[in-house]
Amino acid sequence: MKILVQTDPFDLGAEVAAMSRGRTDIGAIASFVGLARDLNEGSGVAAMTLEHYPGMTEKALAALVDDACSRWTLLDVTVIHRVGRLLPGDPIVLVAVASLHRGEAFDACEFIMDYLKTQAPFWKKEETTEGERWVEARASDDAAAARWQAS
Amino acid sequence: MKLRVLYFARLRERFGVGEETLDFAGATAADLVAALQTRGGVWAEELAAGRAFRVAVNQDVVALDALLPDNAEVAIFPPVTGG
Repeated sequence: MKILVQTDPFDLGAEVAAMSRGRTDIGAIASFVGLARDLNEGSGVAAMTLEHYPGMTEKALAALVDDACSRWTLLDVTVIHRVGRLLPGDPIVLVAVASLHRGEAFDACEFIMDYLKTQAPFWKKEETTEGERWVEARASDDAAAARWQAS
Repeated sequence: MKLRVLYFARLRERFGVGEETLDFAGATAADLVAALQTRGGVWAEELAAGRAFRVAVNQDVVALDALLPDNAEVAIFPPVTGG
């Protein structure tokens, strides 16, 4: 398991390659990369700054990865989340999940992202054409996370 | 009891403070929120009933009826927006 909060960019290919290096038991790796967009809520976004709660962030990410490991048989998980100022097109978050078969990798990857969006203490502030604004939490993200409680 | 209280993101900016140490006479997270509301102004506004904010005690999100241990690290912040 690898959980990192960092200002530096990450390399998806290198992270995925590292998961299976030296082992032959992995049958599937699913990965997700979230990117900074140039448009949100109808306004042009020139940049965003990600703030977090040092200490709790790492703890919350470890807890949701543990939760995923209790729901599926996972062989490895990598979660990297960037903080600081990011420009449109910059990668924000990487989740990669290794398992025996694709179903578990896809499901666990989506679960980790859904829980990360609603439970990990990160906040985005956007620089838009109308000035700076804090991004508001979305009800659709709560609904996405709630799906996993029903199943 | 003594508490270390942290504020993040929009609340940190509105309150104009990121961290403070408080001597606190109450018992629960709700008591702390009520005590902060009595400061008036942005405190009363942002922490009013029905406003969306979260409280974490020693880095775990809790319900408002949670008891606060002495020397706890309490954080108050808006709903999260990472990912």
